[in-house]
Amino acid sequence: MPFIPHTEDDVQAMLAAIGADSIEALFDEIPAELLAKGLPNVPPGMSEMAVARLMHQRAAQDGMPLCFIGAGAYEHHIPAAVWEIASRGEFYSAYTPYQAEASQGTLQVLYEYQTMIASLTGMDASNASLYDGASGLAEAVLMAVRANRKSKSKRVLMPATVHPIYRKVVQAIVRNQGIELVELDYSGSGNIEPEYLKRYAGEDYAALVIPQPNFFGVLEEVDALTDWAHANHALAIGLVNPTAMAVLTPPGQWGGKGADIAVGEGQPLGAPLSSGGPYFGFITCKQEHVRQMPGRIIGRTVDLDGKVGYTLTLQAREQHIRRAKATSNICSNQGLMVTAATIYMALVGAEGLARVAHACHANTRALVERLTQIDCVEQVFCSPYFHEVVLRINQPVAEVLRALAVQDILGGYDLSADYPELGNAILVCATETRTAEDIERYAQNLERILSRRKDGPICTKLRPKEGTL
Amino acid sequence: MSNVPAELKYTKTHEWVRAESDGTVTVGITEHAQDLLGDMVFVELPEVGRVLKSDQDCAVVESVKAASDVYAPLAGEITAVNDAVVDSPELVNKSPYGDGWLFRMKPANAADLAGLLDAAGYAAVVAEDSH
Repeated sequence: MPFIPHTEDDVQAMLAAIGADSIEALFDEIPAELLAKGLPNVPPGMSEMAVARLMHQRAAQDGMPLCFIGAGAYEHHIPAAVWEIASRGEFYSAYTPYQAEASQGTLQVLYEYQTMIASLTGMDASNASLYDGASGLAEAVLMAVRANRKSKSKRVLMPATVHPIYRKVVQAIVRNQGIELVELDYSGSGNIEPEYLKRYAGEDYAALVIPQPNFFGVLEEVDALTDWAHANHALAIGLVNPTAMAVLTPPGQWGGKGADIAVGEGQPLGAPLSSGGPYFGFITCKQEHVRQMPGRIIGRTVDLDGKVGYTLTLQAREQHIRRAKATSNICSNQGLMVTAATIYMALVGAEGLARVAHACHANTRALVERLTQIDCVEQVFCSPYFHEVVLRINQPVAEVLRALAVQDILGGYDLSADYPELGNAILVCATETRTAEDIERYAQNLERILSRRKDGPICTKLRPKEGTL
Repeated sequence: MSNVPAELKYTKTHEWVRAESDGTVTVGITEHAQDLLGDMVFVELPEVGRVLKSDQDCAVVESVKAASDVYAPLAGEITAVNDAVVDSPELVNKSPYGDGWLFRMKPANAADLAGLLDAAGYAAVVAEDSH
């Protein structure tokens, strides 16, 4: 019998063999109230031609805008070889193979990936990827609660400087497991004030999440925060941008002992923005916690003849073996994205990645200097940053961003919904792909839009907002 | 045929139980069980002081190919755990009835021990499984 599809004759033949009159009779054991009553939000089927047309239309909506949005997804140059190689038939799958040991090439790619990510984060071990950065952070929180034997609590300190969407995803994933996320406020400098943590000292927390750089682009005082976590018997979870790791101290070296777990979004390493996905998450940890890490680890070994082979080394806690007691819901992974990231990292190398990072920082610096020359545009936090900065303008952000979008400029991420206390605040980013001309084009359009809006409030230089401490 | 010491008690889930003179019992997994699982790479043990029901899962032994729960053979309280197997899981393979023991517990009811399988009974279970 062909694998798919079942013809009506096939169905009748199978029903006859089983001795059932109809599909309904076959499933009559299932209580009626459990059966799905159709899927009203799913549109009816379409032909391949119609689907292709729809996808082209939607892709065209993205256009070719000049992008100054970061906020968790970053436009980077991707060497042409990355996807030339990643889309070869041998790699072109989003899954690790089920007959894993028969697929030595795929296993070797994953092994190299783990090695590079562990090296980039300064940690001991990496798994072979997670779904995305946000779900990766949720897995890190679950892992920390499992791994922290000194803590009886299921409470985790989650700073407000962590990406708002990540916080929502983590909340959605952990809330039914009795884990409580305690929100940590930020200071007037736009980061976690280590002094402020004193009020949490002596309480029992399983972990502290430390973003670097944080959602505002600001660098956190990671050494002090990591040491605080360890002094208070909490694990330190680093949430890091992989590009930034080429120039910043990696989590494995934070404070006296280093972070226990490091996690992040892998998209900057060779995955295009593509309207928001697919991306992939990375997670790494110290050796002592490796048994609590979700997902699979590929190991390198030798066979009886001494020939090198790659094998699934850590998988005994996954669903296909542990069933209901699997320690994570990560089963398949983002293998294709990881393949691209491995090729990207291999091509650019450590020095190349550092050059990318330096260029991002220099361009963002130039962007901020140029934009703050405009009246009514000011930098909100005067703190060290990597490649994102919060700016405040004197007019509603959404309208200004809309006006910029008309000029094919994506001017930044509107912070007013997630952080209303910041006022008319925009998060802007300039990666290595932005040129001086791009920055000038943005600045001139912003200046024109702000000055043209005569109905706006009188334009005076705003005073920096007082801190929340 | 695996070694099934006559002086121990057993469960169908492949734990062995030895009555100690102080009224506690020592628990491990049988030679047959470690043989099925293969090279042990990780052991997770219960906390001392934990009170368990009979047949409640309380430990995990993980080999390169599988992770298996270990069940409390009797109701009672955990009084000691073998930290040596946490550091050297291979002890479970090398010496399942000796250095590879997992935990000790104080049975809630000492008489329950009599309800466990004897060596012959366990050997029959193993023989049945292998058919």
